Amino acid sequence: MSVEAPDPNAPVAKRAGDASAPKRRSRRQSIILGLAIIAGVVTYAYGFQVTKVDLGEISSETRRGQLIRVLRDIARPELLTYDRIPTNTEFTIYLPCPADGFEPTPVTEGRRLVVEPACADPGDTLLITGVGFAPNSRGSINQVPPSGDLELKIGEFFADVDGNFEVVVDSRERAEAEAQTIRVVTNERIGSIFSPVEVESSSGEMRTSPRISRAVQDTWDKIIETVFLALLATTLGTALAVPLSFLAARNLMRDITTTVTKLSLQLLAIPLGVVVGVLLSRTAQQLADQLTNNKILLVLGLILVPAIALAAIRYAFPPVDDEPPTPVERGQRGAMALVAAVAGILGILLVSELLIQVGGWLDDALGSFGFLGGFLEKSGEIATAITTMLSALLGAAVFATLAGRLSTFVRSRVSDTTMQAATYPLAALAGAVLGAILGAGIGWLYRVTDPMAIYGWPAVAGAVIGLFLALRNRSRSSVQIGLVTYYLARTIFNTLRSIEPLVMVIVFVVWVGIGPFAGALALAIHTVAALAKLYSEQVESISEGPIEAVKATGATRLQTVVYAVAPQIVPPYIAFTLYRWDINVRMSTIIGFAGGGGIGFVLQQNIRLLEYSAASVNMLAIAIVVASMDYLSSRIRERVV
Amino acid sequence: MLKVEHLTKVYSNGTVALEDVSFEVPDGQFLAVIGLSGSGKSTLLRCVNRLIEPTEGRILWDGVDVTTAGPDELRRIRRNIGMVFQHFNLVERSKVITNVLAGSLGYVNPVLSVVNRFPQQYRDQAIAQLNRVGLADKAYVRADNLSGGQQQRVGVARAMMQEPGMLLADEPVASLDPVLAHSIMQYLEKINKEDGVMVLCSLHFLDLVHRYADRAIALNDGKLVFEGPPASIDDAKFKEIYGKEAERVG
Repeated sequence: MSVEAPDPNAPVAKRAGDASAPKRRSRRQSIILGLAIIAGVVTYAYGFQVTKVDLGEISSETRRGQLIRVLRDIARPELLTYDRIPTNTEFTIYLPCPADGFEPTPVTEGRRLVVEPACADPGDTLLITGVGFAPNSRGSINQVPPSGDLELKIGEFFADVDGNFEVVVDSRERAEAEAQTIRVVTNERIGSIFSPVEVESSSGEMRTSPRISRAVQDTWDKIIETVFLALLATTLGTALAVPLSFLAARNLMRDITTTVTKLSLQLLAIPLGVVVGVLLSRTAQQLADQLTNNKILLVLGLILVPAIALAAIRYAFPPVDDEPPTPVERGQRGAMALVAAVAGILGILLVSELLIQVGGWLDDALGSFGFLGGFLEKSGEIATAITTMLSALLGAAVFATLAGRLSTFVRSRVSDTTMQAATYPLAALAGAVLGAILGAGIGWLYRVTDPMAIYGWPAVAGAVIGLFLALRNRSRSSVQIGLVTYYLARTIFNTLRSIEPLVMVIVFVVWVGIGPFAGALALAIHTVAALAKLYSEQVESISEGPIEAVKATGATRLQTVVYAVAPQIVPPYIAFTLYRWDINVRMSTIIGFAGGGGIGFVLQQNIRLLEYSAASVNMLAIAIVVASMDYLSSRIRERVV
Repeated sequence: MLKVEHLTKVYSNGTVALEDVSFEVPDGQFLAVIGLSGSGKSTLLRCVNRLIEPTEGRILWDGVDVTTAGPDELRRIRRNIGMVFQHFNLVERSKVITNVLAGSLGYVNPVLSVVNRFPQQYRDQAIAQLNRVGLADKAYVRADNLSGGQQQRVGVARAMMQEPGMLLADEPVASLDPVLAHSIMQYLEKINKEDGVMVLCSLHFLDLVHRYADRAIALNDGKLVFEGPPASIDDAKFKEIYGKEAERVG
C-alpha cells in the first residue's frame, strides 16, 4: 500500500459530518438573500418615487417635439452669421373661381409654389406644395388680396432636407373678383463660406456675409478667460498646497514631539511673535515709504538692502563650528538675524514699490500690451499685501524657536521637580491665552458683546484643559505635537475638499463680486485642499532610506526635507499639479453657472434665453479646450515622470 | 574611543532589540558586528548616532555623551560619524555629486545650503572623494543610473565627505554579489587603515569578518554573546552565536 493512498474511511466520514453544516448555513443564507432582495426592491421603489421617474413624460409628443428642436439647434452651432434678405415666392389663385374657370401657368424651374386647387370658394382648403427652397428652411404662408397692401397669414411651412414641403391650409374667407396671391416669404442667406459677399448694413456700414458670429466672438473671449482662470487657481493652489502638504504627511510629522513645558512656552510666545512681526512690517513699511519718495534713494535701497540682508544671513547662520557658540555669539547672531529679517521685509517692499512704479509707467507706454504693466503693478500690490502676513508668520516662528530653546536651556539647569512645578502654571496660562484668542474669534463671529463670555469663560476652560494636560504628562514625557498637527491638517483639508467649488464660489461672489476672480479664488481654495491631500500621500510613500542617510550626516530638519524628501516628490508633485490643472479647466467651464466668470456664464445665459445654437458654440469650445488640455497635460506628464 | 555602557532599546511595541549591551572600541579599530537577522545589529549601529533613540544606557564618543546631547550638539556629533547602509540610501533622483555633497550638510551654512549653494572647497572635496572610489566621471549622472556596486561606492564617498572619526556600516555588502562585496570591503579597509577611521561594520559572512575585522562582537536576541578576535570564533562559539541548528557555510 503506497503512502499516498487515501484512507477509505476517513474522507467519507468527514464528508458526511460536514454535509449537514453547509445545508443549515445555506438555509440561513437564502433567508438573508431573500431579505436583501426585498430590501433592494423597497429601496429602488422608494427611489423611483422620490426621483419622480415618469415614462409618460419621456414618450409625450410635445416633450419629444421640444427635445428634437433643442437637439437640432445644438447640432447646428451658430459659427457664422449670414445677412438675410426677404424673398417672396408667389402663386396666383382665384377665390372664388371666375365664371370661365382658371388655369395657372405651370412653372417648372427653380424655386416654385403650386397651389391646388388654383381656384376655390373662399375658406376652402388648399394644398400648397413648394419645391426648390433652401433645405430645412421655414417661413410663413400668406394670402395677399388684389389691393396688395395687406398680407393675411394662413399657415407656416418647414422644408425638408431637399428643400420641398407640402402643407394643407385653409384660405381666408375673402371673396374677390380679381386674382389673389399666395405668397411664401423666406429669409434667404446672402453669400456662402466659399464666396462671401460684401453687404451694406442698415446703419450703412459695409460688412461681409457670412462672417464670424457674435456667439463665436463671445465664446473666444470667455474661453480665454476660462483657461487663465484655471491657470491662476492652479498656481495659487499649488503654491499654498506644497508647504501645507508636509504638515499632513504622517511620516514627517510622526517623530515631532515636544513636552508640555515647551509647548506651553511656545503657545505663549507665538501670539507675541505675531504682534512683533506685524509691528516690524509696519516699521519697514514706513521706512519703505520714505525711501520710495525719492527715486535715487529707491535705487540705492534696492542695491543696498538685499546686500545687507545677505550679509546678515551669512553672519547670523554661519557654518557649524566644532565648539558650541558662546552666549555673546548667540546674542550677536540673534541680532544679525533680526537685521536680516527687517532688511528682507524692506527688500520685498522696495521691490514691490519698484514693480508698482515701473508697471504704472509701462501701462501707459506699452499701448495694447499695457496689461503687462498692469500685471507688474498688481504683483507689487500683492507682494506688499502679503508682507505683513509673512512677517507675522516669521515672528511667530522665531518666537516659537526661541521659546523652545529657552525651555531646553532651563531644563538643563534645573531639577525635574522644579521643572514639573513650573509646568502647571505655564500650561494653565498657555491654555487660558489660547482659550481667550479662540473665544475672541467665536465672539466676533456670533457678535457676542459680554466680555466674560468672550474672554473669561474660554480662558478658564483653556486653563483647566492646560492644567489637566500638564497633570497627565510628566514634564519629561513627550507630547506628540506632530501627530496632533497631522490630524488637524487632515481634518481641515477633508472638510474644505468636501465643499464643491460651485458652492464655494457663492461666498467669493459675495466677497469680490461676480466674475472670474471669484471663480479663481473658489477653485484655488479647493485646489489647496485637494492637492495638499494628494501631495501628502506622496510624501508618505517616499522611501525612508535617504531621509535616514541625510539625517545621519548631521543635517537640520529643513536640510533633510530639501535634500532627502524634495527630490523624491518632485515628479509626483508635477504630475498631480498637471492633473489638477486639468480638473480646474473642466471645473472653470461651469464655475460661471454660480457667478464665477468664464465660459459657464455665457453658456448659462444662452440656455436661459433658449439660444441653443449659441450654447452649442460654447459647448463645442469647452469640448475642444478640455480635450486639448487633457492631451497637453498627459504629454507633459510623460516627459516629466 | 567609543564606549557603550548598558545600552538597552525597547521599541514602543514592546520588542526588546538590545539588552544591556556594553563594549568599548579603541580608536582606529575595525570592529565587526555579527549575529542573525533581527539580533539587534542595525539597532545597535543606529543607536550610536541616535537615528534610533536608546531607551537606557550611555554612549560616549570621544568622551562626549551622545545619549543626552541636545539637538545642536547631536548634529555636531552626527557629522563626525559617517554611515553606510545596506540599501545604499542614495537619493536616486539626485545627481551623484549632490548625494556626496549631502555629506557636508553638517558643516556648511544651514541657510544657503537649502538653496543648493555649496562653497567651492566642498565641491572640490566631493570630486576628490568620488575620485577616491573611482567614480569621478559619474559625478553629474543621476544616482539611479548607477549599478548597485557603484551606488554603494557613492554611499562610501558621502560618508567620507563628513571627514568622520567613525564609520558605521550597516550590512554594507549584503545587497551585493561576492566580487563587489570584496571591492566595497577593501574601500572600508583602506579608510580604516590609511585614514585611521574607526569602523563599526555589521556583517553576515564570517569569511568577510575573518578577512577584514580586527575584532568582532556578536549579538543574539539583543544580548552580547561574544567579544574577541575573529579567529577565536570556533565551532562552539559559532553555535552559541547563531543557534544550535546553524551550519557553517562559505
